[in-house]
Amino acid sequence: MADMRDPKEIIASRVAKELKDGDVVNLGIGLPTMVANFLPEDVHIILQSENGIMGMGPAAEKGKEDVDIVNAGAQYVTVNPGAMFFDSSTSFGIIRGGHVDATVLGSLEVDCHGNIANWIVPGKMVPGMGGAMDLVVGAKKVIVAMQHTNKGAHKILDECTLPYTAVNVVDMIVTEMGVMEVTKDGIMLTEIHPDYTVEQVQEATGTKLIISPDLKPMQ
Amino acid sequence: MKNKIMTAQEAVAPIRDGATIMVGGFMACGTPEILIDALVEKGVKNLTIICNDAGVPGRGVGKLLTNGQIKTLIASHVGLNPEVAQRMNTDVPEDKLECILVPQGTLAERIRAGGTGLGGFLTPTGVGTIVAEGKQVINIDGRDYLLEKPLKADVALIRGSVTDKFGNTTYNGTTRNFNPMMATAADYVIVGACEIVEIGEIDPNNVVTSGIFVDAIVGGEKPWQI
Repeated sequence: MADMRDPKEIIASRVAKELKDGDVVNLGIGLPTMVANFLPEDVHIILQSENGIMGMGPAAEKGKEDVDIVNAGAQYVTVNPGAMFFDSSTSFGIIRGGHVDATVLGSLEVDCHGNIANWIVPGKMVPGMGGAMDLVVGAKKVIVAMQHTNKGAHKILDECTLPYTAVNVVDMIVTEMGVMEVTKDGIMLTEIHPDYTVEQVQEATGTKLIISPDLKPMQ
Repeated sequence: MKNKIMTAQEAVAPIRDGATIMVGGFMACGTPEILIDALVEKGVKNLTIICNDAGVPGRGVGKLLTNGQIKTLIASHVGLNPEVAQRMNTDVPEDKLECILVPQGTLAERIRAGGTGLGGFLTPTGVGTIVAEGKQVINIDGRDYLLEKPLKADVALIRGSVTDKFGNTTYNGTTRNFNPMMATAADYVIVGACEIVEIGEIDPNNVVTSGIFVDAIVGGEKPWQI
């Protein structure tokens, strides 16, 4: 039977399985933030928010917000017992220093060399890179969580066409179609969602996929 | 000791057209709104604003942008204030905004370098991207780094949660962000404080910004109303 879940839920729940108990994790705004909702009960991660929190908790309940506590998307959040606040210099020292185990973020484009482009569409959209350039360079594991295509247009490519956020940094790509790892030879499909065939995934991808000899159904 | 407590109007009086101003805050959380309001009222123009972001319309540095007071904005993220794109793309020369985007960690560290006497620092962030254009790439033990230079300013606008009469300041929650570095990197530093207390009332263990950095203290900063 076809998977009726929202593609974003499929992606977020799969990314959650990559995170280990005790990991320090930075989740980007939007889809990546949903990952926290799918963690197994015995996996407790420590969320870092680049605007100055170690140990961020869930969103604040309406009416109970502390206006001095926001996440990097300016939403009111809570902090868990054992949390710490710090300044932006310390925050990015933590990030660049390799003290974040995994960062999960969306992207406009990713290519077979592990290059990522997600901060600017010249002439159209110039939001800025925020903390993304530091996060993908500094985090031990970089997981791109995104829909496989942009309404049919390829996002996983031989070469990014947009300006890079960073080069040779992406470790893993999780989409609603499957799980891919960036290897020195290109992008390897390691898991495939049961609703799709390998041919369909390849057709939706702008670079030749290496199919893992150990290809598994997407968890 | 010199009295540092004054009104917002008195505090911003020395700020001139063309000044370079650092403004604390992250999406306006930790931005001293009373000091921004005083700058809007004063109407100084052609400002270079150094801030993490452009705030939002009606909040933070967004108010200075709406009022046409910013010539150059140095920030890491401007996507949540649609007015930035409008002003970057306008054909009206006097409304035209120059926006210089800097990775957030690099922005924080450049300000820290400016305030701590460093000639710059080496960061792997931005290597191989357009951020590297025009910058020196230095290889240390096999890895490439960009040489990033310090940032300083004429003025810093800081938001304190509790500030004593000397200027010692604490920051609640995520209002800290860029404030502590900015307080060290400008010639003239104003704190917009939510609460002003007597010297000695803040436990020295909790002071984040020393009063030695602070030139003016303005009370009456309010928690943001949702």
